[in-house]
Amino acid sequence: MEIMMSIATGVLFMVGTYLILSRSLLRIILGTSLITHGVHLLLLTMSRLKTGAAPLLGQEAAAYTDPLPQALILTSIVINFGVTSFFFVLAYRAYQELGTDNMEELRGGDDE
Amino acid sequence: MSNIIIMPLLIPLFTAILLVFFQKQAAVQRWIGGISVLGNIAMSAYIVHQVYLEGILTLNLSGWLAPYGIVFVSDMFAALLVLTTNIVGAACLFFAYRTIGKEKEKYYFYPFFHFLLVGVIGSFLTGDIFNLFVCFEVMLISSYALIVLGGTKRQLRESIKYILINIFSSALFVASVAYLYGTVGTLNLAHLSERVAEAGQGGMLTIISVLFLIVFGLKAGLLLFFWLPGSYSVPATAVTALFGGLLTKVGVYAIVRLFTLVFYHDQGITHVLIGGLAAVTMILGVIGAVAYKDVNRILIYNIIAGIGFIVFGVAIANTSALEGTIFYLIHDMVVKALLFLLGGTLIAVAGTEQLREMGGLIKRYPLLGWLFFVAAMALVGVPPLSGFIGKLLIVRGGLEDGWYWISGIGLASSLLMLYSMMKIFMSAFWGEEKSGVQPKVSVKGLLAPSVCLTVLVIFLGVGAEWVYPYVSMAAEVLAEPQQYIQAVLKE
Repeated sequence: MEIMMSIATGVLFMVGTYLILSRSLLRIILGTSLITHGVHLLLLTMSRLKTGAAPLLGQEAAAYTDPLPQALILTSIVINFGVTSFFFVLAYRAYQELGTDNMEELRGGDDE
Repeated sequence: MSNIIIMPLLIPLFTAILLVFFQKQAAVQRWIGGISVLGNIAMSAYIVHQVYLEGILTLNLSGWLAPYGIVFVSDMFAALLVLTTNIVGAACLFFAYRTIGKEKEKYYFYPFFHFLLVGVIGSFLTGDIFNLFVCFEVMLISSYALIVLGGTKRQLRESIKYILINIFSSALFVASVAYLYGTVGTLNLAHLSERVAEAGQGGMLTIISVLFLIVFGLKAGLLLFFWLPGSYSVPATAVTALFGGLLTKVGVYAIVRLFTLVFYHDQGITHVLIGGLAAVTMILGVIGAVAYKDVNRILIYNIIAGIGFIVFGVAIANTSALEGTIFYLIHDMVVKALLFLLGGTLIAVAGTEQLREMGGLIKRYPLLGWLFFVAAMALVGVPPLSGFIGKLLIVRGGLEDGWYWISGIGLASSLLMLYSMMKIFMSAFWGEEKSGVQPKVSVKGLLAPSVCLTVLVIFLGVGAEWVYPYVSMAAEVLAEPQQYIQAVLKE
């Protein structure tokens, strides 16, 4: 199972990297989201995907899954949600002000 | 158990929350913020004193013992950096009072400022690698807001790149934490150090350490600094000074902490790699500093060269070099903030960033000119001033351990730094007054924070005898991770 998840993570990283290297700003933001998904899956995978009950003591199971990575992922998800929404609004503002979403046109010297 | 060590984190946190409620009243925000940073300086100075008397202080949050809960650790290194952060923060804040403008003040400039301090101080104090990630994000998200605040076209354009690169490096950070957790199964730094020592740092852990090096290299501008010159040239002066003084240094701190506490077993690979990166960073930094004729750019490339020098000290990793690293890191935080504040004042009075349009300013602004001269000398490391001792110790450590080439590069880079700074000084302050120069602008209020930082820079150099015991104590903990582990895990 870990092998499958590793491959899935790898594909997410690959597609995310490809999108980040493209010209359109929206595709770049999409790429960062995919990479973030990949990272979260990786966190989940790295704690070993053993079968066990959900980490709720009420379940009274013999074995539970590791609760720590789930807490880490939850933290990372909300942080990334905050950053991504900020990034989207920034992209919107930049589109309004600069009139382009093409990264090639967003470079150059300090002339405005 | 001493709750006191978390106070430098809580004071700016509550200040920032409080300031959100006074959005329209700029005066109230200034008073509260000012009192809070000054109080925090006193508090962190007191903590430095406590750590000096009692050794490493730790705080287990909510009483959960060390490897299971989050622990805050204040060893001398962290305590000194927190104190420096607060001093630099205060200087930038008081500079911002006169320069930032009413518009930005109304749009939550001061709350963002204090949240940035929370992130930086939290990163220095934490003893848990995931908590370090969270503190990094607190710092970065505040910096996104500060860099784009104002919303000019340049700011929008450059902050897109800044945010993109930081989102990517944060994702890499989480991935590295995932690998580390998968390999050794813990997140607490002291416990990590113990487990890595038990497992022996094999190939897998070395790869993970290099991943961390890439992550913090991206944050600190170590070789991977391509994002830095553009982003640091757009925000307001007070914000650039804060960034130049603090943000990259947090990345450096993380490199120092990880490679002295956790990944110190396979120095043949990791430390040689760090040394090589440091050498290339120094070279590229000074090339940039020599190439430009633009005040802001020159100062920005000097940050990069400085980062290279500090990290070189980490690569050598003997006691002398570690002492030098700590000394130079503290000096660098103060002097970079000072230079950006003076550079900003210079740009304000000259009305341009271009050196070729300036000239003869020493007649109108003698204090500014000589302050800049002292700061430049301190940056380069001319003996009575603060940069000297750090450089001396690092180079001595380098020569002791046979890093001749890189030590040579370090010394040569100092020479070129001197050239780049003197280029600013000579073309801006000496020579004929250019016709485009405006009538005298009052800079008295603007220079007050810079004067305080200059006094501090002189004190760090002349009073090195008083500072040295603290630095030496900090280096001792870095050189012997056992002390840190015992303080945290209480075995």
